[in-house]
Amino acid sequence: MCHQTVGLIAGELERRGIVTTSVTVLRDVTTKVRTPRALFADFPIGYPLGRPEDADLQTRILRTAFALLTHPGPPPILVDFRG
Amino acid sequence: MATYRYRTLNPVPFAIPRKPLSTARVALVTTGGLHAPDQPPFDCSVKGGDVSFREIASGVDLSSLGIAHKSDAFDQTGCRKDRNLGFPLDRLREMAARGEIGELNGRHLSFMGSITAPGRLIAETAPRGAEILVADGVDVAFLVPL
Repeated sequence: MCHQTVGLIAGELERRGIVTTSVTVLRDVTTKVRTPRALFADFPIGYPLGRPEDADLQTRILRTAFALLTHPGPPPILVDFRG
Repeated sequence: MATYRYRTLNPVPFAIPRKPLSTARVALVTTGGLHAPDQPPFDCSVKGGDVSFREIASGVDLSSLGIAHKSDAFDQTGCRKDRNLGFPLDRLREMAARGEIGELNGRHLSFMGSITAPGRLIAETAPRGAEILVADGVDVAFLVPL
């Protein structure tokens, strides 16, 4: 449900001109909801930024998710994080 | 959950970046059910899910944030150890300090993710949260599901 909530909020933001990007650990749900931009990071639910106290991994996930902002589309954009 | 019908964005709302990330104002949106110590926690007893949200100040001490979340699927062990796992404010502060992002917005939004009946989220609270960030002049939002 958390992934649906993220998609719905992202929609409201995009509608108002705020560009969104996000991370997902549930590819199927994000595909169904059609979240505008999402990076699929294959970690357990509750670990969307990878691992606790692993700043390097967290930063790499963030940077890769932010890189989706310049993805030409069309939306929805769903890309796999490959480390 | 196999029979649950997810809401779908169709067409997908899609804004175009107005400026590079290095000059953009960035806000964080989590569905981790995080709340500041002086804010009421989310109400896990609400049928269909608590659709309210909390504003989290950008200067907050991350370790002070409480977690009130309904979901059994959400393993909170990692987040309790390191809030950045679901609310990567330290990482964004570092990116801002390095100039990778322009600046952090003064406040961020925390929702609770376990919303099975999102009618009021769609009609009321998500638009209200979005309007707050618009009023703040936010360019980019990063959303984290929990």
